[in-house]
Amino acid sequence: MNFEFSDEQLIMKEEVRKLLDKENSVKRNRNILEGEESFDKDLWDSLVSMGLTAITIPEEFGGIGMGYLELCVVAEELGRAIAPVPFSSSVYLATTLILDHANKDLKESYLPRLASGEIIGTLAHTEKSTHPTPDSIETTYDGGSITGNKAVVPDGDIADFTIVSAKHDSGIGLYLVDLNSSGVSKETLETFDPSRSHSNISFDKAPAIEITKDGWGAIEKLMDQSAVLFAFEQIGGAEAAMTMAKDYAQGRFAFGRSIAQFQAIKHKIADMYIALQLAKSNCYFGAWALSNDAAELPTAAATARVSSTKAFYECSKENIQTHGGMGATWEFDCHLFYRRSRLLAANIGSQGIWKDKLITSLEKSNLPA
Amino acid sequence: MDFNDTPEEANFRKEVSDWLKENVKKIPEAEDTSENSSLARARAWMQIKHESGWACLHWPKEYGGRDATAMERVIYSQEESKYRLPNGFYEIGQGMAGPVMMMYATEEQKEKFLPPMANGKEIWCQLFSEPGAGSDLAGIKTKSELDGDTWTVNGQKVWTSGAHYSDYGILITRSDFSAPKHKGLTYFFLDMKSPGIEIRPIKQINGGANFNEVYFNDVKIPDSQRLGEVGEGWGVALTTLMNERLAVGDAGGVDFKEIFEFTKTQDFNGDVAVKNDAVREKLADWYCEYSGLKYTKMRRVSALSKGETPGPEASITKIVSANKMQDIANFGMDLIDSSSIVPDQSFGSALQAGLLGAPLLRIAGGTDEILRNIIAEQVLGMPQDIRPDKGVPFNEIPSGEKN
Ligand SMILES: Cc1cc2nc3c(=O)[nH]c(=O)nc-3n(C[C@H](O)[C@H](O)[C@H](O)COP(=O)(O)OP(=O)(O)OC[C@H]3O[C@@H](n4cnc5c(N)ncnc54)[C@H](O)[C@@H]3O)c2cc1C
Repeated sequence: MNFEFSDEQLIMKEEVRKLLDKENSVKRNRNILEGEESFDKDLWDSLVSMGLTAITIPEEFGGIGMGYLELCVVAEELGRAIAPVPFSSSVYLATTLILDHANKDLKESYLPRLASGEIIGTLAHTEKSTHPTPDSIETTYDGGSITGNKAVVPDGDIADFTIVSAKHDSGIGLYLVDLNSSGVSKETLETFDPSRSHSNISFDKAPAIEITKDGWGAIEKLMDQSAVLFAFEQIGGAEAAMTMAKDYAQGRFAFGRSIAQFQAIKHKIADMYIALQLAKSNCYFGAWALSNDAAELPTAAATARVSSTKAFYECSKENIQTHGGMGATWEFDCHLFYRRSRLLAANIGSQGIWKDKLITSLEKSNLPA
Repeated sequence: MDFNDTPEEANFRKEVSDWLKENVKKIPEAEDTSENSSLARARAWMQIKHESGWACLHWPKEYGGRDATAMERVIYSQEESKYRLPNGFYEIGQGMAGPVMMMYATEEQKEKFLPPMANGKEIWCQLFSEPGAGSDLAGIKTKSELDGDTWTVNGQKVWTSGAHYSDYGILITRSDFSAPKHKGLTYFFLDMKSPGIEIRPIKQINGGANFNEVYFNDVKIPDSQRLGEVGEGWGVALTTLMNERLAVGDAGGVDFKEIFEFTKTQDFNGDVAVKNDAVREKLADWYCEYSGLKYTKMRRVSALSKGETPGPEASITKIVSANKMQDIANFGMDLIDSSSIVPDQSFGSALQAGLLGAPLLRIAGGTDEILRNIIAEQVLGMPQDIRPDKGVPFNEIPSGEKN
């Protein structure tokens, strides 16, 4: 049995980690959070030149033809570094949909430019303040164009194009819309975690290219695939927060000793470790299921998602607590991780949704031994 | 990344599963539900295993083992766990006492004591905890004094699992009360039939009486049965406990699968329980823990397969599984509502057993709190608790035995 990433994958992970360290990604997160820019263009360019946007794209479409296992280790590092870049939107969401569902012409037109970072894509799916269902989608596709309103689109004002879910005569389809075309208007939002940009986007007869008529099936599959990748970001962030807490505790003295000697603190950090290990092991299984497109993917994805969301929440909130008053300041980095943990928990569906998905998938499957 | 055996591992697995298929059916039926009857079945099974070389896999062949690798041991236990087998009784002997004897006993003693430990004839117990020393094991007070080449032991041990059916025991004592706490300890093995030993069963909260008080009144132990040097028993004890860590596994009892199946048939508020959102939410949390432990184990096995040694990371298994079992049992009983307190339905009884068994698991072999300390200190490298007893002569350290 070899339930571990390969040496090459671990080396790649280390390289990405070094790059993000060297580029001071956490500092860059703060700059984006505080500044006017919607993402860090320099950091994005560094990631692109390392080939990270090309990982899952086959060589025939200008990519490097690696697999999801490589993308998982990259995701973990981006999460650890809370990188302020539109990577998840462009790579986990837009690229995956085009790879899995677009026709050859579209692939030839879009994938090489996604691989080279020349263009950035995203997904516009949510409409209201609830998790979308097939019945709740009101945006329509008719005669080659899209009309409707999409809410909190991640990286909506950064992306060059988006894939939109919309009603057609007999169901929900997915359509590609150039965000610079006529009939598109964007409104940038103030959000809980401004290190990642979000927008509302309105489409008024915006020209659109059909990707698939079975959009709902495609979205469900995409949610499972991306849940694994987001979960890796979440455990990366969780581990960073746990490490911050541990390091701070060791250097902080109160009542004549290091606060790391107080069990209330030690046991808190041991609990973070437990939550993190459980989540990490579930992520590994998710990575296996994703890279093998296994029948277990729905269960594996939901399990990874639920436990990683929990772990990041736990680690990021107790990291603030461990820092005392320092943790409450804008100046300390604790809140950057806390904000990111909430953002990642919100972006592809809440805990309630994913717990329900998990039990639904277990009801359908025979329980693994 | 895969779950596949290497060709050697696959061969070994096949050998194990073929053997188990043929041999499990040779185990005699239980005569009744008594302890003696389970003991007889466990002995019979150990004997069958031993005859074909499947007992004590990790032990050297010369003492009745198989010289198996850690990975082979894992594969064997994975295959064995597919059956309900009369295991138990031998963890302390084969898992802890055996390895300690191999390190510290004389060649002659090893030849005499290890083979009957391996073939299941002799059972061993662990005489460590005392009324005043459990988590803080080095605080024991059972006294040993040397006269010529014989030691005299006086004192009391407690929570000694299986003392009443054990043939031998491993024992820590204090031979020097004026030395600092960890320096004055001396370690022995002894015959449980020695004159002066008195064993009194203690009834547990779940009604069983598997652990005991063991009194020592002028019990004589030959100096040849000392393991390690005089005053260096703490090191021997730590080696023993390290082996205990390798042995601890999942809490046996109600787990995710059982409660999940149950919620599919149990009514709750007008529908089957599994359709209720609050129930689904709980199930999802337990599944995440169940699955997290399962794949944590796979990661550990992968490390073993590459030849790495297991570290204290395994401490999370007992904390998570014992607490999960307690919550599942409590929640399951809640679903059965007021009739849950009556032991008349098969699952209701399993839940009751879980609810009364989980507290024991959370204490035995290192409490939840001690395991959290181990994670913080040994895995994460955080400092030890403040220890006012460090370096102080043992007889000057305050101790509070609250009984
Ligand atoms: C079912 C069962 C079987 C057992 N079998 C055996 C056996 O075969 N042989 C044997 O020798 N022993 C055996 N034990 C004893 C077991 O090892 C001890 O009960 C255990 O180590 C706890 O010690 P204690 O009972 O003295 O509790 P204490 O150590 O007094 O603990 C009381 C409480 O204080 C907490 N506590 C103690 N120290 C600390 C600390 N440093 N930091 C934070 N909290 C702390 C504990 O976590 C616990 O909650 C068995 C126990 C059980 C329940």
